[in-house]
Amino acid sequence: MYPIVRREKLADKIYLMDVKAPRVAQYCEPGQFVIVKIDEEGERIPLTICDYDREEGTITIVLQTVGASTERMVSLQEGDAFEDFVGPLGCPSDLIHEDIEELKKKKILFVAGGVGTAPVYPQVKWLHEHGVDCDVIMGSRNKDLLILEDEMKKVATNLYVTTDDGSYGFKGTGTAQLQELWDNGNRYDHCVAIGPMIMMKFVCKLTKELGIPTVVSMNPIMVDGTGMCGACRLVVGDEVKFACVDGPEFDGHLVDFDQAMRRQAQYKTEEGRAMLKLQEGATHHGGCGNCNS
Amino acid sequence: MDVLTRVPVREQEPAVRATNFEEVCLGYNEEEAMAEAARCLNCKNAQCMKGCPVSINIPGFIAEVKEGNFEAAYHVISESSALPAVCGRVCPQETQCEGKCIRGIKGEPVAIGKLERFVADWAREHGIKPKKAEKLNGHKVAVIGSGPAGLTCAGDLAKLGYDVTIFEALHQAGGVLVYGIPEFRLPKQKVVAAEVENVKALGVKIETNVVIGKSVTIDELMDNEGFEAVFIGSGAGLPRFMGIPGEQAMGVFSANEFLTRNNLMKAFLDNYDTPIKAGKKVIVVGGGNVAMDAARTARRLGAEVHIVYRRGEEELPARKEEVHHAKEEGIIFDLLQNPTELLVDENGCVKGAKVIKMELGEPDASGRRSPVEIPGSEYEIEADTVIMSLGTSPNPLISSTTKGLDINRRKCIIAEEETGATSKEGVYAGGDAVTGAATVILAMGAGKAAAKGIHEYLSNK
Repeated sequence: MYPIVRREKLADKIYLMDVKAPRVAQYCEPGQFVIVKIDEEGERIPLTICDYDREEGTITIVLQTVGASTERMVSLQEGDAFEDFVGPLGCPSDLIHEDIEELKKKKILFVAGGVGTAPVYPQVKWLHEHGVDCDVIMGSRNKDLLILEDEMKKVATNLYVTTDDGSYGFKGTGTAQLQELWDNGNRYDHCVAIGPMIMMKFVCKLTKELGIPTVVSMNPIMVDGTGMCGACRLVVGDEVKFACVDGPEFDGHLVDFDQAMRRQAQYKTEEGRAMLKLQEGATHHGGCGNCNS
Repeated sequence: MDVLTRVPVREQEPAVRATNFEEVCLGYNEEEAMAEAARCLNCKNAQCMKGCPVSINIPGFIAEVKEGNFEAAYHVISESSALPAVCGRVCPQETQCEGKCIRGIKGEPVAIGKLERFVADWAREHGIKPKKAEKLNGHKVAVIGSGPAGLTCAGDLAKLGYDVTIFEALHQAGGVLVYGIPEFRLPKQKVVAAEVENVKALGVKIETNVVIGKSVTIDELMDNEGFEAVFIGSGAGLPRFMGIPGEQAMGVFSANEFLTRNNLMKAFLDNYDTPIKAGKKVIVVGGGNVAMDAARTARRLGAEVHIVYRRGEEELPARKEEVHHAKEEGIIFDLLQNPTELLVDENGCVKGAKVIKMELGEPDASGRRSPVEIPGSEYEIEADTVIMSLGTSPNPLISSTTKGLDINRRKCIIAEEETGATSKEGVYAGGDAVTGAATVILAMGAGKAAAKGIHEYLSNK
């Protein structure tokens, strides 16, 4: 069993939890993820690692309720435990394997959307700890859904906050904010975009035009997370890749997002679709082919 | 009684069982088992034992069954096998022990598998456990993977007094026995969980949710956690796809995904959270045991199921019994056919397959007649689900994170057959991780050989 040692509500339907998992905490790196199962009847849910404390043996996860399973998970309180918590899975972010001095010469930009802020945070933090500067755009639908703003402020060189409805910070999407920064003369050598697939797709469309190499962290359906089933397969360039072992990070300019979004919607029930539409509103209408609106 | 024919075994009716996940074969009762045991000629030079990869003393245990000494029979089997309730159910006995039985020359061979199963089930129902080592010898061994190879190796080492820990990546121990082979062939709670408990009763510790190569590496286990030897029984779990157009469409699964959802995650039960979709018309591509398992599972979820296989009936790699059961349950076999493309609708869902007819050509170097496409014979069939069951290969996660461990070009770990020794000192391997996808009993045989190899290595160190 893996006890929850801290639980915090970050925003509507978004929760942070510190979970005791010493083996995971000992070896995990930014960019990796875990698979969590609440109890015997639960399903295996992939969640990115938001932070870790090797001494305490804890992993920080952030989860947003999107369906019955996550709804059940966030009902757990401090002192409760997950039955299964496996990881670290996937490959660490490429950035941590690069030469630090080379990284310091680069202008790096992160674009985080919604709960995508959680997996962006450990990468920015890692770079900050290694003396590498980077800018961060973090966006959400409205002010109330923003998460980890204070934490991000401490580690980002420049932080740009956006909301779709303009209730806080820049009014518009992260992509629009990037366009504005570019128009004002800001230049970047490398971009990392993490968030809903539709958001990553649009960031990539822009960065391709601007000629900024872009890495995305894919979040397809997973079952085992160790490479034995191919549920998470996606097309990158001309190749079929398994996101759980080959990724989750890929060259965003090579990912077939339309295909990936269709596959992600594979198990959406009528009820699930209704729920997503309610929560994500306009951001879910990215042509996944399953919505009637 | 006719000594040439075996005592029939009771089974669920096909029409009934095609709608449930209960075990198909009901097994022998005491009287039936004793009657079948009486057919054994108790050969001095027992051929059957030569066909068994773990060399169970077959005439020895059958002689006990014949007399009604079921507990004694269990202990005879336990000397050689850690998982008799499993092997009695899933071994291809027709090509192993039963294939060599003298009774089989004129009539039907003795039903060794069904007798082994009976003895193991009887022992479980009567609370008989295997015998534990008297004392520990102070040596720590790590076993990677809790499938048939790992469980056997761990069980054998524990009996010799080793302090054994199994590391398993999934949340439940058993490997293919829990995620691959369906409930209707191998009941999970009743049989697999009970066999795993028996291995634990020998003193073996099992740590689930540990992915070797990610959570911790083999080098770290040996350098930091005090393990003096390691056995790698990580299997061959990486699914292959065909590489044809349309394969990424919705409704296309690897057999591993389909079976894992159903078996490990119990998607067929309403109170479990994991979803599964079988659709109305399913194509299963492939002809092995895994293809039969996937097809019969989809049938039970309510679909019309076609097996599409590029060779003929004779060449089907699946066990005869499985093919027979599949046919009885209404699975349709489209033989000598192969998909060349999957057809996709405007929503990205699979809607069928373009299939080409095949004929068998001349035998190749391995003696197998390879299928050749018949030009112009392509046609389309409808389907809303396609399950790819084309075999699996070893996951490179362990070999790529362990220094000095040699693999061959098929990514299989290179290990000596006799001892399981790999290119790295103290590291042994066996089962599908070494051979590529094979059978449960061959994996057990390899686990057994490696336990012996590890014992010799640590005794002489």
